[in-house]
Amino acid sequence: MEFVVISLLNGITYGLLLFMLSSGLTLIFSMMGILNFAHASFYMLGAYFAYQISTWVGFWPGLLVAPLMVGVVGALIERYGLRRAHRFGHVAELLFTFGLAFLVEEIVHLIWGNVAVDYRIPAELDGTLFTLFDTDFPIYKGFMMLISVGMLVALYALLTRTRIGLIIQAALTKPDMVEALGHNVPRIFMLVFGGGTALAGLAGVIGGNAFITEPGMAAAVGSIVFVVVVVGGLGSLGGAFVASLLIGCIQTFSVGLTISVTDVFALIGIVLPEGSQVARLTITQLAPVLPYMLMVAILIFRPRGLMGARES
Amino acid sequence: MKNKLIQHLALAASTLLIGGSAFAQVKIAYIDPLSGPFANVGDAGLKGFKEAAEILVNQKGGIMGQKLEFTGFDNKGSPQETQLQLKAAIDQGFRFVTLGNGSGAAHSLIDAVNKWNARNPDKTVLFFNYAAVDPTLTNEKCSFWHFRFDANTEMKMEAISNFMEKDKKIKKVFIIGQDYAHGHQVAKYTKEMLAKKRKDIKIVGEDLHPIGRVKDFAPYIAKIKASGADTVMTGNWGNDLSLLVKAAKDAGLKARFFTYYAGGLGTPTALGASGEGKVLQLTEWHSNVPTKTTEKFEADFNKKYPGIYFYYLRVNNMVQMVAQAMNTAKSTDPKAVALALEDLRFQNDTGEVWMRKSDHQAMQPLYISIFTKKDGKTVKHDSEGTGFGWKTLAAISQRDSQMPTSCIMERP
Repeated sequence: MEFVVISLLNGITYGLLLFMLSSGLTLIFSMMGILNFAHASFYMLGAYFAYQISTWVGFWPGLLVAPLMVGVVGALIERYGLRRAHRFGHVAELLFTFGLAFLVEEIVHLIWGNVAVDYRIPAELDGTLFTLFDTDFPIYKGFMMLISVGMLVALYALLTRTRIGLIIQAALTKPDMVEALGHNVPRIFMLVFGGGTALAGLAGVIGGNAFITEPGMAAAVGSIVFVVVVVGGLGSLGGAFVASLLIGCIQTFSVGLTISVTDVFALIGIVLPEGSQVARLTITQLAPVLPYMLMVAILIFRPRGLMGARES
Repeated sequence: MKNKLIQHLALAASTLLIGGSAFAQVKIAYIDPLSGPFANVGDAGLKGFKEAAEILVNQKGGIMGQKLEFTGFDNKGSPQETQLQLKAAIDQGFRFVTLGNGSGAAHSLIDAVNKWNARNPDKTVLFFNYAAVDPTLTNEKCSFWHFRFDANTEMKMEAISNFMEKDKKIKKVFIIGQDYAHGHQVAKYTKEMLAKKRKDIKIVGEDLHPIGRVKDFAPYIAKIKASGADTVMTGNWGNDLSLLVKAAKDAGLKARFFTYYAGGLGTPTALGASGEGKVLQLTEWHSNVPTKTTEKFEADFNKKYPGIYFYYLRVNNMVQMVAQAMNTAKSTDPKAVALALEDLRFQNDTGEVWMRKSDHQAMQPLYISIFTKKDGKTVKHDSEGTGFGWKTLAAISQRDSQMPTSCIMERP
């Protein structure tokens, strides 16, 4: 019981962080049709900006300023890079974002070095929020949850309850009509791209000190973010939310399972030959690949994802 | 690729210009991760070697009047990249290499060095291993061209299990490790030796996680908790250890941790007050082992490299032993150096380090210590400025950690 509850809490915390990361990616995709390979790089930038700011004025200003800075960087990249690349079609765009990811990593290497920086949780958030059964739940995890849920609510309100949100939604499906009505669609795109990257930046601000801030952090989450987006359905914010929580929970619970591959196959009546390396693997060891297996399964059986709107 | 080519051309050109007599120093290639998830470990090691070479060798006359120098080669922690870096080092004229991080990389390097030496008997290369502790490297895979300056896992587990044997509080042990040679060996020897010495101890869980990839250990900690373990055994190092203990601290796990590497590289910082009385380590040295010269060396090092703390006494041992072997042999030819290193007995600050001839495994005193509040007396120095340091619980003499070897060495 204790294990289930604690794992659920861990899974949800991790899932919410994943959601923060993937929401920007899916938003950008649904608006602009761009698969942003450099999305995780903005997550890393968020963490490094926040670290830099925290060394000068502390954590709290960074929480606000770092995502804004990342958003500005993102908007500038859209305005002066992506928009040009866009003229040459989707392949050019993809390659552009792909290259951008490497560029950001190298820049981070140059500025902050190869070694992880000492970006710490602020003292006031370092402690125990509550003790459940016998396990402590840290304040910082609660804080991460709060920020992600707050962001989800704010994003939802922005998209459905405000004028700019309505225009964004309209531009999503009928960009020509929106343009004909006198709105500056390219600028809306720039805002969306900036906003999406700012969300990734925010995830970096709170993920960087919860885990570790190092030049490899973008690569570490880069692929899992795509899994979330594909499983949730490209372009669906709701889908990304469900998929994030699902993957968060799969990863935490699978670590806890000690049964082996042989046992799993035995459940469905298949006896594996004994002694093979694969058969002896436990689910715990497979935990890191399970999300990818889920992605492959989704792509085969339901290519549009859990809640995706687009078939292709 | 192009870069490499240019490098090689430039090197060839410079060699031609200076006419080959340019290398008035003894150069050792340091092949270890200088980028990637273990960059901090590799970086601290390189600084340790440079400082040790400068203070302990070069300022004391060097090696037959020549300077000892270490140059970093980034293998990114990968076995494949290790071979490429070895090639690059050889091309640049290096005849000595050292590597410590990752038994996977060490296996790869020992193979590559053996192969190179078989094909180029006139240009042999010697491998000094300062930290890769997989016992097979000095048993089944032992090589004349490999010397290990750290105690291997079998020796470390012998010492730890002897200690556990007497501690009746230990009932349930959970083993967690990185999923590669080293993690597997730690798990294997923990189980084997505890089964022999304490039949009543139950192994309640055993987990291997991908190395350098897990950023949130909370699920593993939940599992350890659920298993009811009172003791956790881990061979984790670098961020894999600091993130593990950080997650344990966050969840309020009460179990004690037996570790190899909790003494440095960010782990004490991650532990803070929560590690007090709960985290133990087995090392060849820690700040509160009384010594004559190392105390000053440590203080100077910590002042010179803010943010990095002196951690590897074995690096100092290695540098001095290599220098001594070269001076005795009056040669910097790898084969002559290897022959002089064999059976070398070196007096360091904590006792004698003996390089056993039969398997090229160093024997040295070891210490089991526990993370304790600094009190100015037995715990004179704290670790990484945390206010907590290491207190010796058991000193293991050189003889007590010696294990037999199955090495059948092919000698040139």
